[in-house]
Amino acid sequence: MTGTRKTAADARHDTEGPRPRSGPRSRTRSPSRSGARTGARTGTRTRRTVTAAAFLLPALVLLGALVVYPIGYSVQRSFFDRSGESFAGLDNYVTLFTDDTIRTAVRNNLIWVVVAPAVATALGLIFAVLTERVRWGTAFKLVVFMPMAISMLAAGIIFRLVYEQDPDRGVANAVWVGVHDTFAESSGFPRARPLPVHPLEAAGGGAYVTKAPVRAGEPVALPLIGVPPARMPGDARPARAPAASGGGISGTAWLDFTRGGGGKPNAVDPKELGLKGLRIEAVKDGEVVARTTAGADGTFTLPAVADGAVLRLPASNFREQYNGVAWLGPHLVTPAIIGSYVWMWAGFAMVLIAAGLAGLPRDVLEAARVDGANEWQVFRRITVPLLGPVLGVVLVTLMINVLKVFDLVFIIAPGSAQDDANVLALQLYRSSFGTDADLGVGSAIAVLLLLLVLPVMAVNIRRMRRENRR
Amino acid sequence: MTSFASDKADRPGGDPAARPAAEPSARPARARTSPSGTAARLAARAASGGMRLFLVLVALFWLMPTVGLLLSSLRSPSDIASSGWWQVFTAPAQLTTENYRDLLANDAITGSLVSTVLITVPATLLVIVIGSFAGYAFAWLDFPGRDWWFLLVVALLVVPVQVALVPVSKLFGAVGIFETTLGVVLFHTAFGLPFAIFLLRNFFAEIPRELLEAARLDGAGEIRLFTRVVLPLGGPAVASLGIFQFLWVWNDMLVALIFADAQSPPITVALQQQVRQFGNNVDVLAPGAFVSMLIPLLVFFAFQRQFVSGVMAGAVK
Repeated sequence: MTGTRKTAADARHDTEGPRPRSGPRSRTRSPSRSGARTGARTGTRTRRTVTAAAFLLPALVLLGALVVYPIGYSVQRSFFDRSGESFAGLDNYVTLFTDDTIRTAVRNNLIWVVVAPAVATALGLIFAVLTERVRWGTAFKLVVFMPMAISMLAAGIIFRLVYEQDPDRGVANAVWVGVHDTFAESSGFPRARPLPVHPLEAAGGGAYVTKAPVRAGEPVALPLIGVPPARMPGDARPARAPAASGGGISGTAWLDFTRGGGGKPNAVDPKELGLKGLRIEAVKDGEVVARTTAGADGTFTLPAVADGAVLRLPASNFREQYNGVAWLGPHLVTPAIIGSYVWMWAGFAMVLIAAGLAGLPRDVLEAARVDGANEWQVFRRITVPLLGPVLGVVLVTLMINVLKVFDLVFIIAPGSAQDDANVLALQLYRSSFGTDADLGVGSAIAVLLLLLVLPVMAVNIRRMRRENRR
Repeated sequence: MTSFASDKADRPGGDPAARPAAEPSARPARARTSPSGTAARLAARAASGGMRLFLVLVALFWLMPTVGLLLSSLRSPSDIASSGWWQVFTAPAQLTTENYRDLLANDAITGSLVSTVLITVPATLLVIVIGSFAGYAFAWLDFPGRDWWFLLVVALLVVPVQVALVPVSKLFGAVGIFETTLGVVLFHTAFGLPFAIFLLRNFFAEIPRELLEAARLDGAGEIRLFTRVVLPLGGPAVASLGIFQFLWVWNDMLVALIFADAQSPPITVALQQQVRQFGNNVDVLAPGAFVSMLIPLLVFFAFQRQFVSGVMAGAVK
């Protein structure tokens, strides 16, 4: 871009002193033809112009036909209605801010432009500063910069995989569910339930209680059905009757179902598994007096205080398993796609900022350290302010880039969420080439995008003119 | 300009200002002036260890999505449907090249790879050729309004391609090259030109005038001057430009989506059509995406320096 190119090409000029500016050869050459008649001079000039035109022609034709003319066409088309026949004034532009889907696109674009460049630049700054200190910094930069090489389409497919809803397949949800289940205990047995012949009954709210109070010395049976074999804990063992336990209560909680049939209801049959981890509470007069969980073979014991209590299997045992976050659902789809963008572009910010860092005056930083500034102070008070121009260039470049984001949204947002993830470039595509195309609106969006980059265009031109004058 | 390690600006006549400072390891360890001895040193070492750990984690985090794609592409459809790619770490026997074999036997995909090449190579060469003609004219030829023309080109640097999609599709339709490879190539060339001209003009302008003068005194014409003196000296800039444009066109989806022949779309469009049924065809999408990434990744690792300077300079497009 503009600023980026400034760092690239123009920085060279700055260091190189005066350059051949005005017509490098015109003056130096004329002495060799001293005494040339006026006619010859005009002839030379004409020939030069013709030569230049020949060199420029292919470029100017292509630019004129495929870049300049389309701008004019789009501007003009944006003032006409869908059919293109009647003048519509500013109607198409009004539509941009009244139509619900397009308004979503404008709003999302705003979020994109504010969030994505800021996050990518912040990460780039952190990475650039930290990698300065490590020997394998170059390897790290390679890794983070690598996504810049691949297409947005490939990145889109990569992140469709990452964001897959099923925690068994999408890595984002696998991690999220893992973290969630570490803090909120996972419920082991969704949809497990007793049969009517079992000594358990529903107690409201999804919990089950024993039909009768339990007595010390009488083994308690807590049979349930309805757990698919795949959902049983991997380390559950065949259930067995409890060992008698002195004055306490003991019993077995097991899956009262024999695969392939042959089991008797309400009895612990040889192949039936213990409900490992099932939570059991002893309730007396509405208060929990003791609680425990079943072991791998389904056995459990409760202290003597539970004698005469009812055993309750709290509802937390049976809650639906936590299934992670709908990354690509209506609410998170835009942040999720911004995440993939940051993955691609943080490396860009990092490399530019690292180049800026390398150009900082070392002695200033060292002087601050010698004066007792800690690393944070040096970073906050010296490095960042000195990097200001570079950070600005990176931010502006990314903003321009983000304005036109299309592929990532088009690929990552599933069809059902495309309205929620809509952005201007996507809406332009839909308005121009979709099923109910309205070229008037499509052109208005194109013009809006162009207007948004005009300030940068102006800055570019100003800088070039300043250089030309030098 | 910018690159990962060495930071030598490409320019004819060497680069006295090459900054070794960009090499992170080349700087002396920073002086620790804390007088309070062991405790401070321990704290500093702990902080530095924490920082290293953080960077390692970040690097792994950054690699994970790509690794996920690669491993997914190496698993059978039924494995993909039933579990995540990380299962491979406990069951390496799942790995299979089956998907790649199917992919390469799939004419639609191999055909689309050929289309990608047929679009990318001409679009890159044309931009280099036309761009260096114009860049040379702007740098060394004298003609009326030169600076104004150049400003116009600079102004076009940031024009979004979106502005041209509808008008150019109408135009191509009128000329009869809508949905043809030629159309895609021309579109990419046109939108690659402002940057190409800008970059090459600035680069060519750095060529010492004495070289050109000497050639002219020897009687070389403009064409000869251009091909024998300017182009060879412009090598590094042409390389950066070529790599940037190559990757830009190779990775493009939007332009091809609209202008390419629907019968022989490039790989990005072919894969995009598959995305609509995402979930049932990861066994096609994952290896397809990986194959489409291979060339860019090779270019990236082989030409890091030119790649970085090209991408950095052309990022606004």
